[in-house]
Amino acid sequence: MTSDKKSPASGIAHGSHQGAKASDQPEWANGLKQLYDAVVDEPLPDSFKDLLAQLDDGDTGDASQSDRN
Amino acid sequence: MAAQERTASEKADFKRELTEVVPHLRAFARGLCGRPDMADDLVQETMLKAWAAQDRFEPGTSMRAWTFVILRNAYLTDMRRNRFRGDYDETVAERILTAPAGQEEPIHLSDMHRALLTLPPERREALLLVGAGGFSYEEAAQICGCAVGTIKSRVGRARATLNDMLSEGNIPQRSIEDETAHRAILEELDDVAAGNGRAAKI
Repeated sequence: MTSDKKSPASGIAHGSHQGAKASDQPEWANGLKQLYDAVVDEPLPDSFKDLLAQLDDGDTGDASQSDRN
Repeated sequence: MAAQERTASEKADFKRELTEVVPHLRAFARGLCGRPDMADDLVQETMLKAWAAQDRFEPGTSMRAWTFVILRNAYLTDMRRNRFRGDYDETVAERILTAPAGQEEPIHLSDMHRALLTLPPERREALLLVGAGGFSYEEAAQICGCAVGTIKSRVGRARATLNDMLSEGNIPQRSIEDETAHRAILEELDDVAAGNGRAAKI
């Protein structure tokens, strides 16, 4: 794996909150966000609501014993 | 079990916060593993694990980052068990994403998604965290248990690859050769197992 030299104008600037700077992003970059947001905006399926409801009663059995893989 | 029992109100807070991040977990999982049904299974598994481990969550810290670590670990475990094969989700299909200037063919969400799924998993997740999830490089590094520089390099390479695919219309067709991806992730797992990956705190 070689290091990926980018042309000076492009890419990742220093600083951590660079993420969504429009000017130096390719056209598709916003699409990545759209892809993500499209799922975030989906209505939550009932199975998730059921699961959330279950979390309360009974503490899901022995699950409170933490991670057992 | 070092942690103290949570009070009922702390549990309620935890549950509220967990509920709030579920859509984000779904989005992250969908990006990671492509198939919506598998992604949702992964999220449910994550929710149960998060609930079970809630004593280890520090109130006031980012629930999204914390649960992403759990989801990521569950994903890696499932990958190792060969559950996911980077299947492409047909249902993303026809949505037009953007029509780059001077290009006849617009980029479709499906193209985007397919291109994303061809990336090696560690680059895909880095790009998802930073480019889609809006995490800083530092946060993404913490979630992945690696150095900030590593995240930056992964994101940079992922962007370069996607750029090539999407700008050139050079998107692989359906079947995704996941062999390399799989190997990469297994090596990463070995690293983690060897204690090289800075253990995420779950």
